[in-house]
Amino acid sequence: MQNIIDVQKLRKEFKSFSSRSGLKGAFRDLFTRNYTIKTAVDDISFTIKKGEMVGYIGENGAGKSTSIKMLTGILTPTDGKVVVNGMNPHKEREKFVKTIGVVFGQRSQLWWDIAVQESFRLLKKIYNVPDQQYEVHMKDVIETLDIGPLLDKPVRKLSLGQRMRCELAAALIHNPPLLFLDEPTIGLDVLVKLKIREFLKRINEKYGTTILLTTHDLSDIEALCERVVMLDEGKIIYDGPLKELRENWAEGKQIQFQFSEAAALEELQILTKEHLVVWEKGESDLIWVASVDSDETVISGVIGKVTAAKKIADLKILEISTEEIIRNIYVEGAVRHG
Amino acid sequence: MGKYLEMIRIRFLMMLAYRTNYYSGILIYSINIGAYYFLWSAIYGGKENIQGLSITQMTTYIAVGWMARAFYFNNIDREIAIEIKEGKVAVEMIRPYPYLNMKMMQGLGEGIFRLLFFSVPGMVIVSLVFPVDLSANAETWIYFFISIIFSFIINTQINLLAGIATFFLFNNDGLIRAKRVVIDLFSGLILPLSFYPMWAQNVMGYLPFQGISYIPSMIFTEGFKGSQVFEGLFNQAVWSVLLIIPVYVLWTLAKRQLVVQGG
Repeated sequence: MQNIIDVQKLRKEFKSFSSRSGLKGAFRDLFTRNYTIKTAVDDISFTIKKGEMVGYIGENGAGKSTSIKMLTGILTPTDGKVVVNGMNPHKEREKFVKTIGVVFGQRSQLWWDIAVQESFRLLKKIYNVPDQQYEVHMKDVIETLDIGPLLDKPVRKLSLGQRMRCELAAALIHNPPLLFLDEPTIGLDVLVKLKIREFLKRINEKYGTTILLTTHDLSDIEALCERVVMLDEGKIIYDGPLKELRENWAEGKQIQFQFSEAAALEELQILTKEHLVVWEKGESDLIWVASVDSDETVISGVIGKVTAAKKIADLKILEISTEEIIRNIYVEGAVRHG
Repeated sequence: MGKYLEMIRIRFLMMLAYRTNYYSGILIYSINIGAYYFLWSAIYGGKENIQGLSITQMTTYIAVGWMARAFYFNNIDREIAIEIKEGKVAVEMIRPYPYLNMKMMQGLGEGIFRLLFFSVPGMVIVSLVFPVDLSANAETWIYFFISIIFSFIINTQINLLAGIATFFLFNNDGLIRAKRVVIDLFSGLILPLSFYPMWAQNVMGYLPFQGISYIPSMIFTEGFKGSQVFEGLFNQAVWSVLLIIPVYVLWTLAKRQLVVQGG
């Protein structure tokens, strides 16, 4: 399979000036400024194959947006090699951008004051899409995203969810083989999110569209991407299947007991002394959490012993969520392997 | 070419979306022309002519100057500045078109809209109220239209320069405002250039600004005669070509150091 995106040792440095403090400092700033060099993206390398859906995650300021901007040809890299769709995005900008679609969740690319369909019409002309192809393709897109009734409304009158669906449609007018989505579901309600996810899955299956998705909402990634690339402080700290990430990190399960009468730590420890269990007190004396390995005999053993000896009002088995995993990774600062 | 025509059409629609701006624009221009008319009547005070222009020619000069301004004037400098400040330029960079050409087309769409729905009706009203002398000479009209197209090109190029400067200055409201005053003053919109002292006229002869308002207005009022018309048009043509160079250079530099603000 061919590589759609090929990034080697990509690097971006920004020069920013720091203001001196006080009035005297402000005057000095008029003449000379203190510059500091900040590395936003630090020698990252990865490749993405055709038809992949890749989640690109990281905290705010980790370098996600900067690298997306270099991949889309908006920013010039300080150093390194970028080849996307067989082109250098910055050098052949006009030819290159015809082969990609981009959605920035926080910026609109539709024209604010005119009806949505006028924006579509303009984009159709800009991308030189033949009438017939436009008819067939856009009819499908408009139906799937359910934006037919919105087409004659000016963009400024749309709600965020409505606008986002129109943005997606606008990015797909020329049916690009590669789609960049920068936080496409930011601030959207669950129903709209589901609709957008379904739609993305569909175009990925139907046209083999490669999708690179950045988001803070990990449920988007879980629903769509098999592979994640994780960034921290400009470096890639994990690149691989989401499943593996979960397996290596979500090592245990938690069993939460809610007893009808207060329990003590020693009492519980004696009850479960045969197994390796870490007991933690919950919100009150009544609630206790047992952290155990993901092993059926251990889990059922612990539950059996405890329920036989004490009356319980409620019982929950919790799996560690992806969000917690990611948080743990950032706290530890590196990814454990194996 | 299709995309440029479409962009002009979109601009048309956008202008229509804000009708209040349109009506208030007519009012402001009429007040301006009226104020200048009364000011000049007072200055003339019964004199036949000043600097070779009669009071009727003067009124026509002012009226045509403002009406031509409706065509060549646009806010793309401010728009570019806003797009840069808000980081919207990122969206423009992922579109397969040359950004500056597209901006120029937007300006043209705005200009054509104003010319048709603003200057033409405005001129009818003004010629009913004030003693304006509209030429019956077809040639004059043709030269005038060629001339205001050059006005548009020169003014838009200067606007592009002011707009692109935001890439380097980040906040250049002051520059844009200063540029506007300089153009109004040095282009001969407020005062015909022949009224300036000789040394100032010499200096302005080396600047592009007279091509924006003075030359088309002088052609229309037939203050320019014979070869002067062609000299004027030639001057505009030369500046239209020359200004491409700084625009191109500045744009190349700007792209190199493009930092999209706001994430």
